Amino acid sequence: MSARLGASRAAAALTGFGTLVAILVLVEALIRGGAINRFIVPLPSQVLVAIPRIIAEENVLHRLWETAREALWASVLIAVVGIALGILLYRFRLLRSATETWVAALASAPIVLMYPLFLVVFGRSAATIIAIGFVAGLPPVILKTLEGLVGARQVLIDVGRSFKLTDRQMFWKILLPAALPSIFVGLRLGLIFALINIVGVEFLINFGGLGQLINDLAERYDLPATYGAICFVILVSIVFFIVMERIERWMRPID
Amino acid sequence: MTETAVRDATSASGALLSVEHIVKRFTTPEGVLTALDDVSLTVAPGEFVSVIGPSGCGKSTLFNIMGGLVGDYEGRVSVGGETIAGTHPAIGMVFQEESAFPWRTVIQNVAFPLEIAGVAKSERLSRAQHFVGLVGLDGFERRLPAELSGGMRQRVAIARTLASTPSILLMDEPFAALDEQTRLLLGDKVLQIQQQLRQTTLLITHNITEAVQLSDRVLVMTYRPGKLKRIVDIDLPRPRTSEVVGSDAFGHYVARIWSDLREEASRGIREEERRALGEGEPR
Repeated sequence: MSARLGASRAAAALTGFGTLVAILVLVEALIRGGAINRFIVPLPSQVLVAIPRIIAEENVLHRLWETAREALWASVLIAVVGIALGILLYRFRLLRSATETWVAALASAPIVLMYPLFLVVFGRSAATIIAIGFVAGLPPVILKTLEGLVGARQVLIDVGRSFKLTDRQMFWKILLPAALPSIFVGLRLGLIFALINIVGVEFLINFGGLGQLINDLAERYDLPATYGAICFVILVSIVFFIVMERIERWMRPID
Repeated sequence: MTETAVRDATSASGALLSVEHIVKRFTTPEGVLTALDDVSLTVAPGEFVSVIGPSGCGKSTLFNIMGGLVGDYEGRVSVGGETIAGTHPAIGMVFQEESAFPWRTVIQNVAFPLEIAGVAKSERLSRAQHFVGLVGLDGFERRLPAELSGGMRQRVAIARTLASTPSILLMDEPFAALDEQTRLLLGDKVLQIQQQLRQTTLLITHNITEAVQLSDRVLVMTYRPGKLKRIVDIDLPRPRTSEVVGSDAFGHYVARIWSDLREEASRGIREEERRALGEGEPR
């Protein structure tokens, strides 16, 4: 059974990769045919060629590390503070009804536009970038933690009560594991929000990792290299997703 | 077991579990609803008693009161003569809904109450193993509930409750979600366990066959407010298996309980219909 599962997974990966290649080939053909303006969208083949160049000349791997480090700090903060606040809102019903709508509103607010305020507080530093990423990624974690805890099935709580669990045991052994799948959905969303905002602010304040590089390259109108650098942003998010999936599987074997 | 046949359900003498004059009222938007009206029953050590009644007769409320999950009632629940309030370690509960923890393997689920009690890991695993075997799940220890059938998941829940070695096992329609064949075979399993452990058990059910197949006594409840209508002693030989359902005596018991239940069930349906009509009327 696991061999067949492995085969179907390989088939899925292959189909995904094939689709990506097909789209790139199509775009290449459309540009070469003149349907897409090549001064706006570079040829995928040129982007591919630009990647070794930005690795050698633009120190893109170092930039990648900068962005990844900011994203890592932001996600650690998001996880710790977001889950804690979610638990707080679960525990105190008044607080929940008073603030839930505001937290949801915050989730859709364009936090990135507040970057001048963050610059004033934290200066033109990685701290500003991490802080914005943190604030942007926080709401989904709070909301999904709360949702997971509220949604814990009553019968599981009743099982805990019938075994006379203490409040602490009830939380660690039943509520939290029951809420984990939802919490991880929140973390994934939070990470996406954080990463978008981190790269965006790097771009805006011309500081730090990949965002700054993308800004520089765009200013120079080096489009193939710009798109090449964007590929590295995608790489960061892929790495974070894989790590997140590993952690989830380790903490909880199934959904 | 004929000697258990003539026991007064309300006499407290020699009873392990005793429920006395329980009245439970709920406040609803339509007014006060009496869910249970003066319900008394006893279960002797080693005895298997079923409470049967139509939907809406307050069976589950009774289960929750005995288990200590619902408070604020009149009357008294006692175990071995001692009045209990709230959940009690002597009472183990098995719920109607699926309740195996989906994030724990079979063995981890069954070891759960031992883990809570602070039993060392190696010992709790070996003790849990015994109960896994008892419900016939050998070989599935490392599986997660999602990988098991509904009947197997319910056996995990039963084994987990048994692992806490309760004096009294309370079960609320544990097989309600299962198909008839699985239900009969699981009934066999329960009979077998009952034989081995001499486990005092109180089963809440709406299934007549199940009640007769498993019980020493069947208590029939009325539709709202829930009262005890009749006590039927099931004088079928033990050890029993599901084959007993083919016997004449079995059919006789089923018919007798159905004649009591029929009246209540149809009254229940009539009232539900009337309520639905009332709610559907334009104002």
